[in-house]
Order: sequence, then structure tokens, then C-alpha cells
Amino acid sequence: MLGFRIAKRQEPLQWGSFFIFFAALALSLGISCLLLAIQGKPFMRALFLLWEGAFAHGYSLEDTALKSIPIFLCSLGVAVCFRMQVWNIGAEGQYALGAVGATWAVLTFPDAPAWALMPLMFCAAALLGAFWAAVPAFLRLKFELNEIISTLMFNYIGILLLEYFVYGDWKDPASFGFPMTIMFPDTAIIGSLFGRIHWGAAVCAVVAAMLSVFLKRTRLGFELMAGGENPRAARYARMPYSFLVMLVMVLCGALAGWAGLIETSATLNRLQPNVVVGYGYTAIVVAWLARLRITSIAVFSILLAGLRVGVENLQLELQVPAAFAGIMQGLLLITVLAGQFFNWYEIQRVSRVEAEAAKADEGGNA
Amino acid sequence: MALELIIPILAATVQSGTPILYATLGEMLTERSGVLNLGVEGMMIFGAFGAFLFTYFTGNPWVGLFMAGIFAGILGLLHGVVCQVFQGNQVVSGLALTILGVGLADFLGTPYVGVATTGFTPFAFPVLSSIPVIGGIFFKHDALVYLSYTLPFIFWFFMNRTRWGMALAAAGEHPAACSAAGLNPVLMRWAGMFFGGFFVGLGGAYLSLAYTHLWTSNMTGGRGWIAVALVIFAFWRPGRAVFGAYLFGGIMAFQMRLQALGATLPSSLLLMLPYALTIIVLLFSSARGKGRAAPAALGVNIEPGE
Repeated sequence: MLGFRIAKRQEPLQWGSFFIFFAALALSLGISCLLLAIQGKPFMRALFLLWEGAFAHGYSLEDTALKSIPIFLCSLGVAVCFRMQVWNIGAEGQYALGAVGATWAVLTFPDAPAWALMPLMFCAAALLGAFWAAVPAFLRLKFELNEIISTLMFNYIGILLLEYFVYGDWKDPASFGFPMTIMFPDTAIIGSLFGRIHWGAAVCAVVAAMLSVFLKRTRLGFELMAGGENPRAARYARMPYSFLVMLVMVLCGALAGWAGLIETSATLNRLQPNVVVGYGYTAIVVAWLARLRITSIAVFSILLAGLRVGVENLQLELQVPAAFAGIMQGLLLITVLAGQFFNWYEIQRVSRVEAEAAKADEGGNA
Repeated sequence: MALELIIPILAATVQSGTPILYATLGEMLTERSGVLNLGVEGMMIFGAFGAFLFTYFTGNPWVGLFMAGIFAGILGLLHGVVCQVFQGNQVVSGLALTILGVGLADFLGTPYVGVATTGFTPFAFPVLSSIPVIGGIFFKHDALVYLSYTLPFIFWFFMNRTRWGMALAAAGEHPAACSAAGLNPVLMRWAGMFFGGFFVGLGGAYLSLAYTHLWTSNMTGGRGWIAVALVIFAFWRPGRAVFGAYLFGGIMAFQMRLQALGATLPSSLLLMLPYALTIIVLLFSSARGKGRAAPAALGVNIEPGE
């Protein structure tokens, strides 16, 4: 009988991740189709609708690009945290707090000119988002509180806080009881860059460029990488480990906060509870699929934004629930995670003679 | 007079603590075998859906209960495929499992939202329910609550007094030594993931078959994550898990009672209580962290050929 054996490679497979991704994508699409087929939906048409909804027309491409902006910003911060092996799952809550901060600025200074109001909104969003990340970071450093759980709990609390304001003091009296603030004044709305794409896209580009320079060209950026590779070594080398943990968390919080601000101001033009739609969780999937690299994060942000937009099309045409996007994200993450095994391990066939020789050898030794 | 107010609240405490207790004990079993599974929230809601679905079609809640365990156990095995076969990162795999489980339950459950089914109904436990005070608090519930009273003892006995339980713990403490002693740590971890998932699923079933008798999406509302936190709080010991679960049951019951009384405090602030309490409870356990004993190999994969 032929046997198999698993052997570790000397070096990781070249181009491995590339092929693994496509194999994983095919596998997760296949399983998703199976699920659709079980529910009696025409899955070939579903695949086409998914593609068409996300990437086929100018309008759908714009939709995808717009959704990729908040995902990208959240994911950059999450990826920097993950590099440090800080498991920040809290981008969702930090995003909500960013939206709250920006809205606070608008509602407090509604008559301020744009040159003053816009920077104030960015500051408030970044500060509140950063605060929402700094508390779990502090709790981890001071009390060894597991940051996965604390950031997650902060997600729930942050979203409820947003709802508290929107259902409470901030509710527009003219909204017929709907939980939403007044429409923002023009001075507080992020305008169009070209077409429906707003200036948030430019913010993404600037942030990505600065982050890239910071990580690759500065001492602190280098320490960030080293700290992630081996926290203990970083500590022995007198690198400020606690400071670095705080830094990545605050950075992620501020970026997620900006994502919340941009969605509120540019897309909805007011604060309402449905500004929170899980971008923070998608960002985790993106960061991991992109293996924490900035350029790949851009690519995967667009891809997963496309998935969300595509599923909206499915919802419209085939009455497929929106949860389908979650299933596909989960499947993709699982298949890619499993597939990465083949980067480092290979499965070798063992012939019968070899196998018996090995068995005899083992027996001889024992 | 005061007793008449307090007994119903404490009875509600036991009821809301029960699903958390099942999930906490399940995750504890998995973690004792050395596997960190952050998919509890996903497994719990997938279990809740499985319980609803099979009860709805068979009319027998016991079938639904069993299938809830199987549904969640299957997700646990998927975690095993990623982490044991393919050596994936346990943290990321668990997160993926939550995303997948929540998505699956939501997707498959959409046609049934708001649909009612039969389930477990409360009955007075013979004899014991007539004990004053205690009877009213603990013995006027449904079968799943009574079952949950026995579980911490069974878990304790299994983990500390049986060969299999010790082998499971050995896989979590030192897989290599476990293997050298002629045991199979990989097999132990598979068992930890499946059976741990099974009990997490029972916690989910409690939500759709006893707490309510219908299916709504997002039923768990973070209870799975609270269970993950409680395992840490409980120092991986079943006894403390009971205390933690009822503490959360208490805060949930209290919050519901306040809302029902039309408290002036806005409901969003009340709803924050369990999540804020999770952090406080964890802080409390870390401040007195001497007795903490996480399984030494928790979260570390067993590599092939070792």
C-alpha cells in the first residue's frame, strides 16, 4: 500500500501564497454555491450576479471603491497591531467611537467654517477612536487583561454608546422618531473627489504612504516589527515594549475612528445606527488575508468590499440574505489559513518498499 | 414581603445563567486539551439554530438538543481541521469560525425568523421544589436547567478523577510528555474540540428551546464571548464557572427587570452592563491572579512528526 508522509520544507514555497489564495477562493466559492443550491437558488447565476454587482459596471465599481475606504483604514491599523502580536479585535467599536466623535464636533459647532470644523472632526474622531483602543491596551499592560476579550466587549459597548446618543439627546426632532441626527451642514460633509468617490480615498492614500514610510524607514517602525517577531527579545534590548503596544493600539483606534468619521460624513451625511455594519470585523479578515502587508491590504479591501456589494446584488435579485457575505468571508479566511500549510510543508508519497524499510528500521531501533 | 420580590429575580438569574454555564464548561473542556477556540459565539448560535430546526421538524426538543450539540461540535471539528491538520493559527481560526457560524445561522435561518416551535417548559421538580426559598429559586425550571446542575460535578469528576480526563489535560499541559507516556495528544485535542463544542451547542439550544421558543437572528448577543472570558475568570475550573455564569445571569435578569419596570435609564446603557461586567470580572480575577493556571500549551499547535 502507498503511504504519505508530511515533511517540512527548507524554505517556504515561492509564489505559494498566490496559488493558495486562488485555490482557497475557488474552494470557498464552491462551498458557497453548494449552500445556495441547497436553498434551491440558481448558483451559476448567483456567481454571475456577484461578479456583476461588484466589478462589472462603472456604477458597481464605484460602490465597491466606496465601501473599500473604511475597510482599508480599519485594516491598516488592525494589521499593525497583529504585527506586534497584539490581538486587537476592536476596530468595530473604535470605528463607532470615531463616528460619535465627529458627530459631537458637528453638533457642538454647527456654524463653524469648514476650515475649522473639518480638522476638528478629524481630531475628535481620532481621539475618541484612539481612546477606545487605549483603554484595552492599558488594561493589558497593567493588569494582563486579555485584549481579545476587552476589545470585543468594547465593540459592544461602543455601538451601544452610539445608539444611546442617536436615540437620545442627538436625535433630530424632525425625524419622526427615527434614530438619526440632523443632516450635517455642508461644511461638515466630505465632498467629492471625482464622480461619487469622495476625498476619503485621498485620506487612504496619504495614510498608507505615511504608514509605509514609518514602518520601513524609521527606527520606531523597525522596533515595531522586531517587537512583533519576539516580544521578549525586544524587551531585553531595552526597546519600550509597553510603549509600542500602546502606540499600535492608539494608531489603530485613530484610523478606525477616521473610517467611522468618513462613513458618517461622506456617505450618510448624518449619524444613524446603521453606520456600523461590520467593517471592523471585515478588516480583520482583510488584514490576515493580506498577510499584514500594506499593498496587499489595498487589494483585499477592494476584493472584500466587492464581495459585500456583490451580495447586495444577490439580495436584490435572488433574495439571498446579507449574511451570505459573512459566510464567504469566514470560508475564505478558513481556507486560506489552512492552505498556508502548503507553504511550509509538503506531502511526500512513500512507496511500499520505503515504508517497510522505515518500519523495520523503527522496529530495529526499539 | 421582600422575598416575594427577590425569589423571582434569583430564579431568573439561574435561567439566564444556564446557557452561559453550558458554553463556559464546553469551552473549558476544549481549552483544557490545549486548544484555544474563539469560535464559541459562532458555535453557540449555530447550535441554537440546529436546535430550533430539528425541533421544528421533528416536534421533539430532545432531538433538537442533541442536534445542537452535533452542529456546534462539527464547527469544533472544523477548527480541528484548520489547527491540527493544517497547523493554522488558533486565534485566527477561532475568529473565522465565529464569522462563519454567525453567517451560517443567519443565512440558513432567514426563512424561519420569528417562527415558533415547541421546546422545554418549566415544571416543578418533585419534592425539592417544595423547599422554601431554595425550591422557588432552583427547582421550578425546565429540564435543561436541572441537567445543568449536574454538569459541573460531572466535569470536575471527569477532569480530575478519570484516566481520559487526565489524558486530555496532559495534552493541554505538555503534548510531548503526553505522547511519550503512550497517549495520543492529537486525539485528545480532537475530542476536546468536538465535545467542548457539543456543550457550547447545548448552551445555544437553551436560547432557542427554553429561554425563547422561536428563532431570531443574533440570538446569542455576545454570550459566547462572555463564556470565553468566564473560562479565564474560572481559572479553568468547573466550580468557579458556576459562580461566573450565575453572576452574569443575575446582571441580565436585573437588567431585564429594570427595563420591564420602565426605568428612566435608557435601554442602551442598561444593555451595556453585561459587557462592562465582563471586563470588571476579568480585572478582578487578574488582580488576585495567584491561582491562575492556564494549560501550559494552550494555543500552541502540535506539529506533525513531533
